[in-house]
Amino acid sequence: MTAALRFDPIRLPEKCEQLRKEVRAFLAEEIAAGTFDPHKPNREDTDAPEFSRRVGAKGWLGMTWPKKYGGQERSFLERYVVTEEMRVANAPTRRFFVADRQSGPVLIKYAPEHIKMDILPRICRGEICFAIGMSEPNSGSDLFAAKTRATKTDGGYLINGTKIWTSSAHIADYMIAIFRTSPPTKENRRHGLTQFLVKMKQPGIQVNPIGQITGQYEFNEVVFTDFFVPEDHVLGEVDGAWKQATSELAYERSGPERFLETYYVLTELVRAVGPNPDTRSAEGIGRLVAQLHTMRRMSVSVAGMLQAGKEPVVEASIVKDIGTVWEQQLPHRVRDLAAFVEETATNRETLEQQLDFAIKTAPKLTIQGGTTEVLRGIIARGLGLR
Amino acid sequence: MAESDNIVVETAEKIFADLADPQTINNDKKNSWQAPLWQALSEAGLPLSWVPDDLGGSGASLADGFALLNAAGRFAVAVPLAETMLAGWLLAQAKITSPEGEMTVLPASPRDRITLDADGALSGRARGVPFAKAAKHFAVLAHGKDGVCIALVDAGKGRIESGLNVGYDHSDTVTLDKVQPVTIKAAPDGVDQTSLMLMGGVARSLQIAGALEAMLDISVRYSNERVAFEKKISKFQAVQHNLARLAGESAAALAAATSAADAIANAKSFDDAVYLEAASAKIRCAEAAEKGGAIAHQVHGAIGFTIEHILHRYSLRALAWRDDFGSESHWAVELGKLVASRGADELWPLVASR
Repeated sequence: MTAALRFDPIRLPEKCEQLRKEVRAFLAEEIAAGTFDPHKPNREDTDAPEFSRRVGAKGWLGMTWPKKYGGQERSFLERYVVTEEMRVANAPTRRFFVADRQSGPVLIKYAPEHIKMDILPRICRGEICFAIGMSEPNSGSDLFAAKTRATKTDGGYLINGTKIWTSSAHIADYMIAIFRTSPPTKENRRHGLTQFLVKMKQPGIQVNPIGQITGQYEFNEVVFTDFFVPEDHVLGEVDGAWKQATSELAYERSGPERFLETYYVLTELVRAVGPNPDTRSAEGIGRLVAQLHTMRRMSVSVAGMLQAGKEPVVEASIVKDIGTVWEQQLPHRVRDLAAFVEETATNRETLEQQLDFAIKTAPKLTIQGGTTEVLRGIIARGLGLR
Repeated sequence: MAESDNIVVETAEKIFADLADPQTINNDKKNSWQAPLWQALSEAGLPLSWVPDDLGGSGASLADGFALLNAAGRFAVAVPLAETMLAGWLLAQAKITSPEGEMTVLPASPRDRITLDADGALSGRARGVPFAKAAKHFAVLAHGKDGVCIALVDAGKGRIESGLNVGYDHSDTVTLDKVQPVTIKAAPDGVDQTSLMLMGGVARSLQIAGALEAMLDISVRYSNERVAFEKKISKFQAVQHNLARLAGESAAALAAATSAADAIANAKSFDDAVYLEAASAKIRCAEAAEKGGAIAHQVHGAIGFTIEHILHRYSLRALAWRDDFGSESHWAVELGKLVASRGADELWPLVASR
């Protein structure tokens, strides 16, 4: 039989529920103190350094990492709970999230010890921000088309070229990027890319902002001109980055952030329809909740596989595909249902503002972190079609 | 396809492989496959999986029984296995011994009601009752003036109007007109018509998930065999993307159904959390049956639309199973009302409680 896809009904252990209470209490305090407004997703939250530090002080960054690097050696499932509670509350996580989810684990796997000892504890304390340099002009999802060159020189490499769509590059302290160290071979077009740790905010790097259709400023063009990266900042195997980059993706693709980005409009719709909805509203809400619950169960299941040391690449791709399509459709379904909400609903204005922003956000959701088309290609490969 | 990891499922899969091969059944226009299959299932004690030993059953766990239903879905089995299991489960709730032979449950829709009269007789109409015509007994959930009762009824005492569901299986209307039950007892606390519908809904969800696994499997296999425009159709990106979506729907159905089954198997009662899980499973699996079935047919082209091909055994049953024990529309309204009544700020805590 072809498809051995399993999504076992993993349950979050009791200690996760205790942790969830702690996270909710912390977020309630932050909201009360005015750090952020959970009903306003459309703020610029790229720079919330004090909030990051307070999250770090709670021990909620680098949760799964070794203690010697400042981590807590807790489980992926515990990290999962923190992530979803932050996301649902609309907390300003952008500053630390990439480092916590991806960059830190890459460093743990591939960086020299002295770099780990230097950088990882600072991530755990919420002091530094990371960006990921994958896409380039005319490459995008086609990672192997990347052209930005790293040329060997005395004691390191000189970087020349341009990365694009780089989220948070304007506030990032570091970037983990892939650069071309040699040309692809005829046999292997994946050959020749190497992963580097790049220290930002130095001469030779220019960050140019790119505006988004939401009105926000999040991603950038990053231009490297004879930028020097020392030898010990090579991460992993020279010319072998493609393998490293793809194994990262299960972490990036299956988490709660992949179906909860527009979740706030659903809560607000439930608030607007009130305790006694008409049949149409009730049915619409019921379906959306059933879909949300199902996706979350799938996502928790993948978190359980990651915790068990598996590499659920296909399962993670399925979760991202279904999850991002759902979070993309959600604002439109909520808009359908909101058309019948009473004019007198007390949160009507909030709901409309949220819908406006969510509808503008929606188009990016099936693009970021691997387009739907690329994901479906990975799933097809898992089915034995390619 | 999920590997069988318990003895109940292994036994069932062996019987299904030997006696319920979809192609053999599809070719058999006289339904002569049914009796040997049912006999083998009965000899293995499978229809009464959920009935304890002392009440005439084989005493398997709820979890094993649910896994068995998922396996039955993978073979699109069209004998009253799920129905007899549900009937046995219902009777066991009231400590009523299960008889031998095929059974089904009444009512099979949340909208129908059977009432218990003062003289101890049962009356009411139940529509869309699966396999009523094949059943020797009904397990009935009835409402009396003192509360909910569970009764064993001789099927011959009911009036049956035959019907077929969209998958060509019997789905009948049963009318009880002052029928005296064989046995009747009060239902224990927490077992009511809603619990029966949730149990039935999860059974159907697991069957739908199983059917989707099989549809994915035969669609992938077919796409690797069929050549068009001088290529295997599995090499066309459009076909690959369709199959990837089918895999997603199949995975979602399986995840929702097994999660709900796990929730019921481990819960003390049919509480809000079980309600969320079971209702969600029925809603999401029904949606998956619609979307996934359409893709499976698309991949197969015209051949999959023929009566000779086995695809319809899965696709039409998956569509038909949507209607039993409350459609997705029914459960969506009910779940939506539950969510609304608890209020916006309780939605996430409810979802996150699972």
